[in-house]
Amino acid sequence: MPVTLLGPQRHSPTVQQTLHSLGVRGPVAAITAGWEERELEDDELEAHLGGVTRNLELWERCDRVFDADPDLRETLWRRHDRLVEVRRLYRLRLNHAMDAARELLDRPEDPDLVAAEFEGAIDAVRRLDREHLDRVAEVNEAFEAEIDAPNRPSLAGPRKEVAEILGDSAALAIAGGHVAVLLNRLRLFGIADLVGDRPVIAWSGGAMVLGERIVLFHDSPPQGRGHAEVLEAGLGLHRGAVPFPHARRRLLLDDRERVTLLARRLEPLLAIPMDEGARADWNGAEWWLAPGARLLEADGSVRAAS
Amino acid sequence: MTAASPSLRALRTSEEVDAFLDGKSFPLVDGDRVTFVFRGEADTVALRHWIFGLTSRQELERVEGTDLWFTTLDLPRESRVEYKLEVTHGGDTRWILDPLNPHRAHDPFGANSVCHSDGYVFPEWAQEDPDARPGDVESLRFHSTTFHDERTIRVYLPARFRRRARYPLLVAHDGDDYLRFSGMKAVLDNLIHRLEIPPMIVALTNPIDRLTEYAASERHAAFLVDELLPHLESTFPLIGTPSTRGLMGASFGAVATLSTAWRRPDVFGKLLLQSGSFGFTDIGDHQRGPAFDPVVEFMNAFRADPGRPASKAFVSCGVYESLIYENRSMLPMFQSTGMEVRYVEARDGHNWENWRDRLREGLSWLFPGPLWMVYE
Repeated sequence: MPVTLLGPQRHSPTVQQTLHSLGVRGPVAAITAGWEERELEDDELEAHLGGVTRNLELWERCDRVFDADPDLRETLWRRHDRLVEVRRLYRLRLNHAMDAARELLDRPEDPDLVAAEFEGAIDAVRRLDREHLDRVAEVNEAFEAEIDAPNRPSLAGPRKEVAEILGDSAALAIAGGHVAVLLNRLRLFGIADLVGDRPVIAWSGGAMVLGERIVLFHDSPPQGRGHAEVLEAGLGLHRGAVPFPHARRRLLLDDRERVTLLARRLEPLLAIPMDEGARADWNGAEWWLAPGARLLEADGSVRAAS
Repeated sequence: MTAASPSLRALRTSEEVDAFLDGKSFPLVDGDRVTFVFRGEADTVALRHWIFGLTSRQELERVEGTDLWFTTLDLPRESRVEYKLEVTHGGDTRWILDPLNPHRAHDPFGANSVCHSDGYVFPEWAQEDPDARPGDVESLRFHSTTFHDERTIRVYLPARFRRRARYPLLVAHDGDDYLRFSGMKAVLDNLIHRLEIPPMIVALTNPIDRLTEYAASERHAAFLVDELLPHLESTFPLIGTPSTRGLMGASFGAVATLSTAWRRPDVFGKLLLQSGSFGFTDIGDHQRGPAFDPVVEFMNAFRADPGRPASKAFVSCGVYESLIYENRSMLPMFQSTGMEVRYVEARDGHNWENWRDRLREGLSWLFPGPLWMVYE
């Protein structure tokens, strides 16, 4: 299915014109599960989408399933706790690996020697990221086998309802929010298998969870600067790129060393800043970036995509 | 002398004093120099401050022929100082708030005037934010079998609290003081709203006999770990693992925090230690008075065998406190335990607004919020 990623929609919505440009006619299914308790505070979103909107209410449905099936909630909590431990250990290694790579960007020795060492250091970070993806996948596979969502009685009814609504919709719009919460709900309801050929339009956290790799980032958190972290694999509905919503606000785009490290670390994936007005389309084989779109480059610059 | 001094000394008439005072904010801040000013009939006027390292009493100079008094202090940028004026008139001496300065800080003993030097920024995240959905503070009456008495504990429940969710737990010493003098509720509301800390439950405890309970008392540790914690975990939906539990306190409350974590390691994974009264000796007696006897005994025992009280500790202290030396000295010791330690100093004293100003950095480091996870 075609996937369109947009910049944040709250202040300068472009989702309606995007739907028009994609030729979408008919009701649009919406997922706002990343907003958690505020899932149904979606009046503004409905206005942005225009026409008939059907919120799939994945967060609410999930909450009701938890009430009926406390074992499921317990199992998901256990998985969450396990993943927290996995992340803590990953972060421990990541900090050292990233510090080494960063230090090598500013060494006084022979540039050829330093460049070779830097390549080794950034490769170690890439390897670490891949290993982390594998570890998380192992945890997820074990728990998914235990949960057995497709055949779990408590999920059967809600999954069917969601499938029916989505089946009657011309497109699916996925808003952002808490990416882990959103991703879990999308998986629990098997959304990737239900989408079919209809267009998917997603922004902010919604754009992040659809890719092959979810990268968390914030260059100026209150507890001090850290490094971008790989969360886990996304749904894989688009490939070859990592979107960075609110890049102007969340990334120090003028810090060439940080941009270099991020772009080099993610190679060969494209690192696409997704600020307001941005649009990137994936047709299943390649990306089309709207005029004005930019990319994080290996030399530390943020350049207009060619 | 500050640039204000010559013009102050040149004043001669009441009208000139009026004109000088008109429209100005006091104390007068000029770079790293601050001039304190008092107007009124007096025999002597003195500045009383709590800056360790400076003489705590500094007389103001009277401008000849007027009722205007002043003195100037060197005060580095980003300083925040609490003070009073000691006014003696007709044999009567009183400590008063600075009538020319509307800035006040409150504590359990009353209020002080507050002077901010250049560069100090009031933390906007500590002010009530109408956009931040407020949490609730419930009072919990609690019978302690350890102390054989009734205690009131305040429990902060975050906005949108849900019984079906699970929350981290922070237990605070001197909870009511944190609420009243450090704006703890607004801080929690705001940091949660900004995703800088996760929605969490905070148990704000209060002592009955503070100097005994908080002076590294074993009974206090037993009360927290064997009594309060199980009660909280059976009453509220808590995650209930050491890495999601924090313990915090200031001054003697920091001693109570550290001693509880030392006596009962692996219960509270995170410690927030503010201006800890970490008196210790290398040899001989201490000079801090009898209340510190059990503290010094504990600190010496801790230094001899620190163990690993927690996995993370945020330690802060004001450089204008006498305790700065003990806190600095303890840093390598804390680090040697294997705890992950962050240490922060501020140009401030031993007071509740200093502790308020460090809450954002401390809490968001110990309990990072979902900021990394949320992309709206």
